[in-house]
Amino acid sequence: MTTRACIVGIGETRYARDKTWSPTTLALNLEAATCAVEDAGLRLADVDGVMPFPGLSNVEEIAANLGLAEVAFASTVHMGGASPVASLLHAGLAVTSGAAKHVLLPAGWAGYSGARARQTVATDAASMPGGGIARDYYVPYGLTAPPQWYALLARRHMAEFGTRPEQLGAIAVAMRRHAQQNPNAVMRGRPMALGDYLASPMIADPYRLLDCCLETDGGAAIVVTSEERARDLARPPVRILAAAAGQPYPADEIVSRKDLFRIGLTSAAPRAFGAAGIRPSDADFAQIYDCFTFEVVQQLEEAGFCKRGEGGAFVEGGRIELGGELPVNTHGGLLSEAHVVGMSHVVEAVKQLRGDAGPRQVAGAELGVVTGFGDFGDGSIAILAR
Amino acid sequence: MSARPLPQLTGLSAAFYAFCKARELRFQRCSGCAAWRHVPRERCGECGSPEFTWERSSGRGRLFTWVVATRSMHPAFPSEPPLAPAVVETDEGVRLVTEVVGCAPAELQIGLPVEVVFEDVSDEVTLPKFRRL
Ligand SMILES: [Zn+2]
Repeated sequence: MTTRACIVGIGETRYARDKTWSPTTLALNLEAATCAVEDAGLRLADVDGVMPFPGLSNVEEIAANLGLAEVAFASTVHMGGASPVASLLHAGLAVTSGAAKHVLLPAGWAGYSGARARQTVATDAASMPGGGIARDYYVPYGLTAPPQWYALLARRHMAEFGTRPEQLGAIAVAMRRHAQQNPNAVMRGRPMALGDYLASPMIADPYRLLDCCLETDGGAAIVVTSEERARDLARPPVRILAAAAGQPYPADEIVSRKDLFRIGLTSAAPRAFGAAGIRPSDADFAQIYDCFTFEVVQQLEEAGFCKRGEGGAFVEGGRIELGGELPVNTHGGLLSEAHVVGMSHVVEAVKQLRGDAGPRQVAGAELGVVTGFGDFGDGSIAILAR
Repeated sequence: MSARPLPQLTGLSAAFYAFCKARELRFQRCSGCAAWRHVPRERCGECGSPEFTWERSSGRGRLFTWVVATRSMHPAFPSEPPLAPAVVETDEGVRLVTEVVGCAPAELQIGLPVEVVFEDVSDEVTLPKFRRL
């Protein structure tokens, strides 16, 4: 739906894989939050809404550490990597309705120095999407981790539509090129070509190592407020023209879906584009949640940037690179900047729309799309404008 | 290597796996609209009916998709030899996560005809797996 809300502050920590740096997840959330509030020209005491990322932090510890004694709106969206962008919808509604004045959305995790994703995911059924379903029907067969779940879809897409490894590789290469223009990207200074991609070891065949997102330490946060309040703040506001979220059906089980490729974004995207009154081709850039390369193909298709089955061809030929028709993940994304659970995609969109993206600035960017993807295909999308 | 995780035999999972232990692959079939379903659920998502019977599957189907888990992501599942968690679509149109046994990952093909076999993985638990026809 449409909102009359704006993103007025952004904050990021350092993003790194550094054995000499062991920040806690909470410290990363707090640092990013403090930066975002400062960027907005607000004081911490002005924050009266908090929407932490599910499972990584909580309102109580954020509020206690930042001195937020008057929290009027506290909520968490449980959609995995789709949560930050879905939270834009909730935060937008909160500030538009008057439930809160300034909503802080902190995110981030110690994904490198803390517990690594592959060590924790399947040993705790409660932490997995599908909970008892995954425990009773997936894990006993060794289907335990996200790259494996989504590889099932990628293989099927390859069989049905002829999507090729080189096309998935084009995504990985584009993200890596963008990271070379980003001083905070973990993969800056480590360029990669299609040959490197194809030579990288299989992880969850058909996924190679370089189809998979990074595990990194980092935090990112934003502040959302109403259009009226945004006018008086430090930085030019970025308007949330529309935001929407959706779930696949069923959302708690992947393989029984009648339409295997239908995800939350399939229903959310038309709602968001309709509410904003724009078409996908109007976007100057798109920050697409890139946990794995095929999920970029799938989201480009399901969001309507191209038809289903045409995503592989769409990402080739530099179309999604800076200077192309639709630059995707201008910061380098989860694949080559850092894994900041989807919030860094929102932060990058704001930088682009402020004209603050430096050497990777999309010239004249006025309209951008951000997506989130999480759990077994939950989806979210926001359409942002300067 | 830690012990392989097993399904928890409670509720509808207890019923499903009890049939497997008896060498029967049975899925829920809705008494309201006759739709087959898996994984087991309290109600039919098609018509809302809570009434169902456990109907016996033909046990035959085709390979729908698979992943070769060449990098271990769980202490109980080493990367050598790699497992290939697979999805089979049975003749009834039901899909389930499983494994195709006796077939190297490189020989798997979408559409491969398969039939169910049962593997006792503990005293209590029997997993349905499939072999090439
Ligand atoms: Zn029914």
